[in-house]
Amino acid sequence: MSMKSMTRQVNGITIVDLSGRITLGEGSVLLRDMVRDLVTKGQRKILLNLGDVTYIDSSGIGELVSAFTTVRNQGGELKLLNLTKKVHDLLQITKLYTVFDVKDDEATAVAAFK
Amino acid sequence: MTAKRVSYTLDSSLHSVNTAEETAQLLAAKAGFDEDNCLRISMAVREAAVNAVLHGNAYDPGKKMTVAFENTGRALVITVTDEGRGLDVSKVPDPTTPENLLKQSGRGIFLMRSFMDEVRIRLLAPGTEVTMIKNVSGSDTHLKEASK
Repeated sequence: MSMKSMTRQVNGITIVDLSGRITLGEGSVLLRDMVRDLVTKGQRKILLNLGDVTYIDSSGIGELVSAFTTVRNQGGELKLLNLTKKVHDLLQITKLYTVFDVKDDEATAVAAFK
Repeated sequence: MTAKRVSYTLDSSLHSVNTAEETAQLLAAKAGFDEDNCLRISMAVREAAVNAVLHGNAYDPGKKMTVAFENTGRALVITVTDEGRGLDVSKVPDPTTPENLLKQSGRGIFLMRSFMDEVRIRLLAPGTEVTMIKNVSGSDTHLKEASK
């Protein structure tokens, strides 16, 4: 299943619900284009909901890192929500878990934005 | 497991990467690995295949990727070979060091080594051969890596 995304606004935070696979090719390109589009439109507070992401490879991890730095370089914040065990383990292995601000609850995540 | 070897010669495309990953998942399950290890093996194969197609063969339609699976009875041995200019593994930086942590790429070989019991990378002329071994009673090496 290729990646799909749906964007919504909650209290000024842009929440992106992602599902499917974030892998080299379609998934990682969609994620890159979507984050760049949000930043171009002035969105600086972005919460990526990965609850329905079934698979992510090193290219997908790279796109998450790129999204994080793109938003941060614009003075914004990007947080992650609802990691599956697979994605959680990948971020642990790659030592990126402490780089990202990871939340398990949407309300808590939304409140955590400055 | 009973000894058996199968080999696939594939085009340098993303479709081939997906084929290699799906075949690895299938053969790992047939070899008796549990669900978690099947996922680790298929992810390692995907990363090796991406390196072969993207960095090795550079999507050159004239170059092929070969993926071989050998069930030795004690381990699943997977070899991914490309026809590219060759990968000097000594020049691949550790993606977990602070200066590399926020780089977009460079985690493929690290993930292979995290998920498999043994990874050997050999320069060919031309090309690169990546051999990955997962023992039937393989320990959770990814957890060892994570705790380093």
